[in-house]
Amino acid sequence: MARASFIEAIRQAQMEEMQRDERVFIMGEDIVCNVFGTTTGFVDMFGKERVRDTPISENGFIGASAGAAMVGMRPIVDVTISSFLYPAMDQIMSMIAKSRYIYGGQAKLPLVIRSCLFYGNSNAAQHSDRPYAMFMNVPGLKIIVPSDARDMKGLLKAAIRDDDPVLCFEDGNCWSSKMELPEDPDFLIPLGQGEVKREGTDITVVAVAGGVPIALKAAQRLAKEGISLEVIDPRSLVPLDRGLIVKSVRKTGRAIMVDPAHLSCSVASEVSATIVEEAFESLRGPILRVTTPDTHLPFSPAIEKALYPSVDRIVAAAYKLVGADHRIPAQETV
Amino acid sequence: MTHQANDLSLEKYRRMLRIREFEAVAEAIHAGGEVPGSLHTYTGQEATGVGACIALRQDDYMVGNHRSHGHPIAKGAALGPLMAELLGKVTGVCKGKGGSMHLSDFSVGSLGETSIVGSGIPVAAGAALGAKLQGTDRVSLCFFGDGASNEGAFHEGLNLASVWKLPAIFLCENNGYAVSTPVSQAVAVADIADRAAAYGMPSAVVDGQDIDAVEAVVTEAVERARTGGGPTLIEAKTYRYAEHAVNMGRVLRDRGAEVDTWRARDPIELYRAKLIAQGVESEALDAIARDAKEAVQEALRFARESAYPDQLDAFDDVFVERLPIPAYLTN
Repeated sequence: MARASFIEAIRQAQMEEMQRDERVFIMGEDIVCNVFGTTTGFVDMFGKERVRDTPISENGFIGASAGAAMVGMRPIVDVTISSFLYPAMDQIMSMIAKSRYIYGGQAKLPLVIRSCLFYGNSNAAQHSDRPYAMFMNVPGLKIIVPSDARDMKGLLKAAIRDDDPVLCFEDGNCWSSKMELPEDPDFLIPLGQGEVKREGTDITVVAVAGGVPIALKAAQRLAKEGISLEVIDPRSLVPLDRGLIVKSVRKTGRAIMVDPAHLSCSVASEVSATIVEEAFESLRGPILRVTTPDTHLPFSPAIEKALYPSVDRIVAAAYKLVGADHRIPAQETV
Repeated sequence: MTHQANDLSLEKYRRMLRIREFEAVAEAIHAGGEVPGSLHTYTGQEATGVGACIALRQDDYMVGNHRSHGHPIAKGAALGPLMAELLGKVTGVCKGKGGSMHLSDFSVGSLGETSIVGSGIPVAAGAALGAKLQGTDRVSLCFFGDGASNEGAFHEGLNLASVWKLPAIFLCENNGYAVSTPVSQAVAVADIADRAAAYGMPSAVVDGQDIDAVEAVVTEAVERARTGGGPTLIEAKTYRYAEHAVNMGRVLRDRGAEVDTWRARDPIELYRAKLIAQGVESEALDAIARDAKEAVQEALRFARESAYPDQLDAFDDVFVERLPIPAYLTN
């Protein structure tokens, strides 16, 4: 079986679901010319009615996806870069998230809005956003943040088949990872199931999107020094697999959050709060957050890179926690 | 006049009266404290809503706005669930989750009555896209106000509908005011319909008090949309007699004479006079009026006798599957 990239996983997921269900169609800016490679061959396979270039009107075409979904279609909207969601906040927050609710369940909105997290490449502050957490703050939107090609394929297919609106955030730092992809056309990863990406015993690391590969590298390095990290990828943020995280922290007694988004009100913040509420008695030290500080992302590579989570920052956090055992008496976990 | 035309004429009269009576009762029970929240009445605009909906099929789509009571009644919705919704009851058309700004009955083709100004326009375009992709001949009609025509969503939705030649009708109910701001202070063109030129879209201005005129112009737009001719922008010049919302106090303090001028062209009175001039017996029209009153009273009885939703219902319909219930509500 050939190893395939994250981008190829997106392409396969979309292609298989469009073959399976003629209600599925894709629209967005520059889909036909296929800028990123997620729609290679689609126009020939499905035609321009189902593979649809849009004007640069995010509020218009994201809103149109809601209308199309309400009448029985299953749109995939490719919004390219995640900051392009902002012009459509009204449609996403007031219409897509709330229509089912305010009409008492009369509306169904099976749609997927895809956008990528394209940071760390000198694209400056307006093109480097990682805004998934802010969408967690309005009920009614499911959110997936796959970190590798296999998860990407399984989660995106599940999202397309889901009867609720799903936002899919695709981290550019995961694009190059290659994996073998299941060929089963019904390979699905259910939303709301996190995964232990690496088992460990000393510290639970909850990592999101591009934070996952970094956390795994940090785990490799620390293993050589006798510190064992358990790396958990929630994979979907709504629903969030809180149980998997809490269970791991009850085992390790220590936790580090790795989240490429800004610190305040981040996934790191939400998961930390959950751990404190549900596993406080197991904690041997503070929960540490390795995130992007609450400043904007500058253009100059000289000062951009150090702002994101890195292997070094995770390693430093791990040492701080293990060291914390000397200051805070360890207690036996249940 | 043929017998069939007469039936349709009486149906238009009936629907306008049902709206008028529904709003009169809604205002009264709101004043009596029975209706929570705000109330945006449609009184004065009946000919626009009914004239437009009578030109649609039952299975055509419709998207409306915060002034939501008139649209579903115009499209033929049952009154009981609408009134129950105003009272926040579980038998409400939205199970008590939407209220006055969201009286949307999907069983008559509604896809929402939405309260963020302009937000329904892209959705209506999307429904038209869906109809087109499915190969049906359904059309999608969007009601919005003069205020909405200044929103970006108006521009984006109309442009999208036009470049994709979607089967959509954009019907601006220009009632003269966005809350308190007169349209003359907010729109630089003479007619909002002029804006259609920017989207290469046909347009029309119509007297929104004249139900037959509204029906004729919408019928032409529907025909164009159904046969692949793309969208139309229609501006109906109409008027709301009440304030923007009944609990907003008197925003429009100085309307005095203007209201009287418009009341002199009340759409229901105009149509009644026309029907009588065409030979319809006034007794027949009085009987329709009595039936409308009775139907609204029956709706009110139904609403009052209905139960409120269960607390746990608050966690339904966020997603298809019910949300987990917080512990503080289950203990």
